[in-house]
Amino acid sequence: MGLLAYGDTGWGDELFFATLMTIAVAAAAIFIGFFLAAIFASFKLSKIKILNLIGSFYTTVFRGVPELLVIYLFFFGGSGAVMFVAKIFGYDGYIEVNAFLTGAFSIGIISGAYSTEVFRGAVQSINKGQFEASEVLGFKKKIYYYKIIIPQMLRLALPNISNVWQITLKDTSLISVTGLVEIMRQSYIAAGSTRDPLFFYSFAAVLYLFLTFLSMRLFNKLEKYYSRGY
Amino acid sequence: MDINFALEHFPRLLKATKLTIELTLLSLFFGIFVGVFFAILRTSKNKILFFIAYYYSYILRGTPLLVQIFIIYFGLAQIEWIRESFLWIFLKEPYSCAILAFTLNTGAYTSEIFRSAFETINKGIVEAANGLGLSKLNTFFKIKLPIAIRQSLPAYGNEMILMLKGTSLASTVTLLDLTGVAKHIISTTFRPVEVFIIAGSIYLIMTFVVHNFIKFLERRYDYN
Repeated sequence: MGLLAYGDTGWGDELFFATLMTIAVAAAAIFIGFFLAAIFASFKLSKIKILNLIGSFYTTVFRGVPELLVIYLFFFGGSGAVMFVAKIFGYDGYIEVNAFLTGAFSIGIISGAYSTEVFRGAVQSINKGQFEASEVLGFKKKIYYYKIIIPQMLRLALPNISNVWQITLKDTSLISVTGLVEIMRQSYIAAGSTRDPLFFYSFAAVLYLFLTFLSMRLFNKLEKYYSRGY
Repeated sequence: MDINFALEHFPRLLKATKLTIELTLLSLFFGIFVGVFFAILRTSKNKILFFIAYYYSYILRGTPLLVQIFIIYFGLAQIEWIRESFLWIFLKEPYSCAILAFTLNTGAYTSEIFRSAFETINKGIVEAANGLGLSKLNTFFKIKLPIAIRQSLPAYGNEMILMLKGTSLASTVTLLDLTGVAKHIISTTFRPVEVFIIAGSIYLIMTFVVHNFIKFLERRYDYN
């Protein structure tokens, strides 16, 4: 247990902060994903054919291509793309994109593809009669969406959002290939310098299990809270 | 997109696809046995067997595949009796370590799929089989198993696609599968977009084939 001591002698504090980093990346990624999902789900539900196509293209590509490949695209291509945009605005120099942002974006785009399907499914499962009812009551379309559809949709989507969160949390381990010091990267460093990979990778597994367990509890509570009255 | 660049690197990526397919098929094949085994344990009335199966699937589904492959490839090499046993012939090779990790992982998901398929079988059908005097073995193989396989087709199709994507992690233990070669080309030529498009398309074609194969089976064995 000396290996996990807090402070200079052990890896306890490093692993603790690495765990916080994992949570931070996963949280950033899922929110980026929600943002994208709100856009692409509305594309997929739209009556305009071309928007449908764009929405389907997004979800097909990012659910069908391995996460690692997407991460490599953003890791190697990220600074190139940012520099290209900067050049248009007249800045001509080297820009390095932060590893956290690279990770959050690449995982966020993947997570968004899963969330899109979740949001779309939830909206579709809401009873169509409500639309007519709100029309009869004279609600504007905007109010209909914000006050009637979205609150119900979130409740219906919650169990699946929980799944997406678990996937996203586990996918963050892949960001370790870009050098961002989260649980996997920190375990890799510790395993390398102590020559005890078995212990550190097993401990990483325990940390992930702890995180997934904790989030499952949290989501179960949320589900209970939001389904009161049903 | 530069056509010459694409043509130059396409054969290498296509060759690497062979390894990706190989890893996927072998892991799925072994994974089915692991899955059925643990699914049967889950229905067992013996508490210990039940808990083993329960925690097996809980742990393997609750941790990233990357951790699992690292524990097997880097971690097990540390245990002395493993290095001295015959297992070492397999466990020193990244190839067999990758297949072992993928098999155990997909086995956990598969066991959940089969378990829920068995649980949703209509009780009346089993009672009818009993009433007709079918033996337990016959009821299992002729009645329950075919229904469960048909029930689990859609979910298992998803799992096949997840495994296909999962084999990309083989590149983290030095194997040159499609993602491994793609990464190598990206890091030597610094043209991530082109390589992503080519390698990504190959993956998409494979998921498309799997998807349609499962759809075909679903239609073929539709009993409604």
